Amino acid sequence: MAQTAAELSYTPYHREKSAFTGIFSWIFSTDHKRIGILYMISVLTMFIGGLCLGLLIRLELIAPGATIMSAPTYNAVFTLHGVIMIFLFIIPGIPAIFGNFILPLQIGAEDVAFPRLNLLSWWLYISGAALLMLALFTGDKLPDTGWTFYAPYSTATEGNISLAVFAAFVLGFSSILTGLNFITTIHRMRAPGMTWFRMPLFTWGLYATAWIQVLATPVVGITLLLVILERGFGVGVFDPAIGGDPVLYQHLFWIYSHPAVYIMILPGMGVISDLLPAFTKRTIFGYKAIAFSTISIAVVGYMVWGHHMFTSGISGTAQVIFSFLTFLVAIPTGIKVFNWIASLYKGSIELRAPMLYTLSFIFLFSIGGVTGLVLGSLAVDMHVHDTYFVVGHFHYVMFGGLGIALFGALHYWFPKMFGKMYNEAVAIVAWAFIFVGFNVLYFPMFILGWNGMPRRYYDYLPEFQYWHVVSTVGSWILAFGIFTMFINLIRGIINGEKAGNNPWGASTLEWTTPSPPPLLNFIEPPHVTHGAYDFEEMNKGKKDSKKDSKKKKKGKK
Amino acid sequence: MSHTANIAAPAHIHKDYNGAKTGMWLFLFTEVLLFGGLFLIYAVYRTAHPHDFAEAAKELNVVLGALNTAVLLTSSLTMALAIACIHRGKKSLSLTFLGITILCAFAFMVIKYIEWESKISHGLYPGSEYLMLHYSKGQRMFFGLYYCMTGLHAAHVIIGATVLIVMFYVTYQRPNEKHRWDVFGKDELNGCRVAILDKDGNEKWGSEIDESVKQVHLKMKYYSMPKRIKHEDYVSLENSGLYWHIVDVIWIFLFPLMYLIG
Amino acid sequence: MDHAEHHEEHPMIGYGTYISIWLALLILTALTVAIAGFDLGKYTTLVAMVVATVKTTLVGLYFMHLRYEPKVFHYMILVTFMIMVVIVIFTFIDGNRFSYLSHEVQAEVHH
Repeated sequence: MAQTAAELSYTPYHREKSAFTGIFSWIFSTDHKRIGILYMISVLTMFIGGLCLGLLIRLELIAPGATIMSAPTYNAVFTLHGVIMIFLFIIPGIPAIFGNFILPLQIGAEDVAFPRLNLLSWWLYISGAALLMLALFTGDKLPDTGWTFYAPYSTATEGNISLAVFAAFVLGFSSILTGLNFITTIHRMRAPGMTWFRMPLFTWGLYATAWIQVLATPVVGITLLLVILERGFGVGVFDPAIGGDPVLYQHLFWIYSHPAVYIMILPGMGVISDLLPAFTKRTIFGYKAIAFSTISIAVVGYMVWGHHMFTSGISGTAQVIFSFLTFLVAIPTGIKVFNWIASLYKGSIELRAPMLYTLSFIFLFSIGGVTGLVLGSLAVDMHVHDTYFVVGHFHYVMFGGLGIALFGALHYWFPKMFGKMYNEAVAIVAWAFIFVGFNVLYFPMFILGWNGMPRRYYDYLPEFQYWHVVSTVGSWILAFGIFTMFINLIRGIINGEKAGNNPWGASTLEWTTPSPPPLLNFIEPPHVTHGAYDFEEMNKGKKDSKKDSKKKKKGKK
Repeated sequence: MSHTANIAAPAHIHKDYNGAKTGMWLFLFTEVLLFGGLFLIYAVYRTAHPHDFAEAAKELNVVLGALNTAVLLTSSLTMALAIACIHRGKKSLSLTFLGITILCAFAFMVIKYIEWESKISHGLYPGSEYLMLHYSKGQRMFFGLYYCMTGLHAAHVIIGATVLIVMFYVTYQRPNEKHRWDVFGKDELNGCRVAILDKDGNEKWGSEIDESVKQVHLKMKYYSMPKRIKHEDYVSLENSGLYWHIVDVIWIFLFPLMYLIG
Repeated sequence: MDHAEHHEEHPMIGYGTYISIWLALLILTALTVAIAGFDLGKYTTLVAMVVATVKTTLVGLYFMHLRYEPKVFHYMILVTFMIMVVIVIFTFIDGNRFSYLSHEVQAEVHH
């Protein structure tokens, strides 16, 4: 496609002049693309921090007894690993980075609905992260409650839990503002012709996610506030000595935190639904089924939180109902997985790096999902609750699901964000290390858990050591893969080859604008005439416009 | 080759008022669910200890509670009237009503202070020795929740009053309709797009502009036009009003659940 | 000022309507207080909640202009309300919370 005069002379967003200069033109920018990049830098920094803590945990567990740290330090390290990974990496992860950057491009908008609120939400994110770091150094000891902050331990321990919990509250507020912004953007700012069922499935994923962010986060907000009040004034709502019920804390916590795992995974599923058509060059199978299953996962996700509490002493009726509903969530999830696999049929599959991540997502997420059903069945859960089986399941779903989707998205939207290309061969090598390392790291956890190795334990019986060693070696392979991937991407930003507007031949709207996009995203206001994955219509449209321009030229001459 | 240029102003100059309201409503939902968590805890403890709750509620002052309800309902009325006035272009009347709303917020806080003060001076506050010695577990939970719920509500009243004070200033600063002019300024032109009109009067955008175009001369005339104040210009006032009403709605539920169960 | 045009874009609610809604709200408040005086047993709270819901509806429809807002706002409110109901119902099916809490009270009485 020949670039026209207008496209050659445009200013990409990162070169656009603004009222501020230098770093201030970024941290005070209300441009959704710059905010997306800000989020990318901060979220990935946090990810590397959490990753290092994870490596330390694995290193400690390579042998029974003390290896590299004391038991209290170990408690603090796994708490921090959890808090950083959950609140600072997975929950903001895809929505904040790619939602901000890509969503307005995908629906043909110039920006999000509330650009200043968007900037505020990034600042809240940074403040939350800073407060969390502050909490580490101000208490009598490090926070050691685990990322769940379960009462009554969290209301009694000496660490500066109040500040850590307040940090989580601030991060929740940031998440709410992002969600609120996205819902309004999707409702109000779609380009002409962009009907609900012409939206890319990534946008659908973000839409469902945004609703959960808005309607679940406040519940954990008030719960965390109550923990602070409990510590400050002894209100006693969760303190059995005064008359409270600590299990009620668990209810309130999981009322948010179970829907929150869908905040984590739905955008990842959206990414996969976008990447599959781009690398099979065919429309996605069952577009509407995927869109509706996204919504129904979000809805049913509100009714299953009790499966985190099967062994906490909830009533038998509650156990059975929550177990049943947990199985129900598997239906929309299964619909998605089958649709993805069906989308490969008769497609012209290109095994580029993003596609490899997509396929690994389907594989790893299916293992995570099916082990989730194992945990959801009441009787088995009694056996494996709070063992490494849960840790394995959780990492397969979250890291194998969301993490891998995020890596895929990083590669897929990289040329759009930076206008350059990474080295494909290195990317594939990095992917191979990540895929192998991932399975070597987390699969032994299922075996360990099934044999009775409890989670969060500092020490263990010698018979568990074999699989712990395997797992630790896996963590090194995985870390090497992730390191290679980041180096490759950074090298791509610095001196990668120039990428065209649409290097993948993908069909969604963000690929019709130059890479990197100009300040207001589109050189011509977009007008949408076909569905997101309608390759036939897309190519037809292209040919037509070419013919048109040729005709016009001839006419003028 | 001579073409006429057309300027298309970027869309973000025209604010999406409906979008702003959508955003505000979504925010209100988060407020509802924030209190929803507390109402849920209240429901659980009250179901477990119905008699303790009824006993403990007798210690609250129904007259002051009812008075505060009336104060908040009145403030909601004046808030709605303030917006109704601005729709009709009556700025000073609107400011008067807004002022009354803010005064009502202060009155509410004063009455609340009197209530809390009398409870605390009797030793009735969370964690107090008096509460631990003389009251049952259910009653302690009632007072714990009383302070949490009315406290969080009072925090919202304070935030709401602050927002309304800012809105009072903003509305006060705004010129009356006859002084307002719509001028197309330099800032608004930033990011504008230029379309070329060909001989037949067809608009050409971006890539459609081909090599035949050598130069584009832009001549612009600015017309300043008198503009009416539309009620949409006050969407921030309306959104502050929405916030204020939700504070009222939460109190509508808090009042019977706290004061009237004895 | 052109009133006719305003009516087209957003129907204006008269001052009188607002004041009558306010009066209705005050009467309903008085009603709640009065009803609380009678002993209706377990219906006391139910009646109080019904009255509070009516009051909220009045505030929402008129003071918050919901009557004149797009339908999508109504759907969104319905979703929020449903989520709230779901959260309460699913917490309440865990009957152990209540037996646990009441058990604690009895133990205290015995001491």
